[in-house]
Amino acid sequence: MTHSHEHDHNASAAISNRVKQLIGTLERRGILTEDQVDATIRTFLSSARPANGFSVVARAWVDATFKQRLLADATSAVGEIGVDLSHWAPVRIRAVENTPVLHNVIVCTLCSCYPLSLLGPSPTWYKSEAYRSRVVRDPRGVLNEFGVYLAPDKEVRVWDSTSEVRYLVVPERPAGTDGRSEAELAGLVSTNGLIGTALV
Amino acid sequence: MFEAGELIRTRVMNPDGHTRIPAYLRGRPGRILNCAGTFLFSDARASGRSDVVEPLYTVLFTARDLWGADADVTGSLAADLFESYLEKHT
Repeated sequence: MTHSHEHDHNASAAISNRVKQLIGTLERRGILTEDQVDATIRTFLSSARPANGFSVVARAWVDATFKQRLLADATSAVGEIGVDLSHWAPVRIRAVENTPVLHNVIVCTLCSCYPLSLLGPSPTWYKSEAYRSRVVRDPRGVLNEFGVYLAPDKEVRVWDSTSEVRYLVVPERPAGTDGRSEAELAGLVSTNGLIGTALV
Repeated sequence: MFEAGELIRTRVMNPDGHTRIPAYLRGRPGRILNCAGTFLFSDARASGRSDVVEPLYTVLFTARDLWGADADVTGSLAADLFESYLEKHT
């Protein structure tokens, strides 16, 4: 355990050193400045907003055929609401739908995989060892701590993003929201709702 | 290759290098939900090889098969696992 932990630290320090050396070399040769690197990262992240995920869910609530396409192939479907995944690693996006008999919750037990393009940077707790280790073993207990209480006979399904798929929960549309516009509905959705640690 | 709906068992394995099968999912029975596509095999990629591809499967487990009789009877867990982590269920 200790050994592999040290190994991880050494590996990430080694990568970080290589990046610093590479940027240093590019700067010395007048090819690139660190400011340009920072600006590129800012641009990259500025398109990664939770509002993307909120829009996807609101569209799914008002448009049943979009929801079908989203559940069948979210990687393609999110393009319809203007989310451009072309700059991102070739991961798949998968949307999983909450229903009266099923509640979904997302985790990455191995590291911190997260649908950054649709939800922005992940909350701190999502990366905590406590969340990552406990939600797989006792999802109902963890959900209770988030204030989410589900009927005992409702299936709770945990999705551990162990590899090349990023998950997005489509919450159930709240009762009493008939007639609301798509923009109003998007305003009801929270980041935690898209991870599954809130109902909406 | 595995088919959707097929029963599998995850291999018991403890490789020295990087792997993307969590320890708690090794040696467990599960069911293939779907194939998520074919990707560079992360275990080989981590050791510098970018020429190994494998199908990746989304596999569904019951909470009871992972955690025993104390687990929620309705609970389930899905994870994405490369083909070489899986074997036929016997």
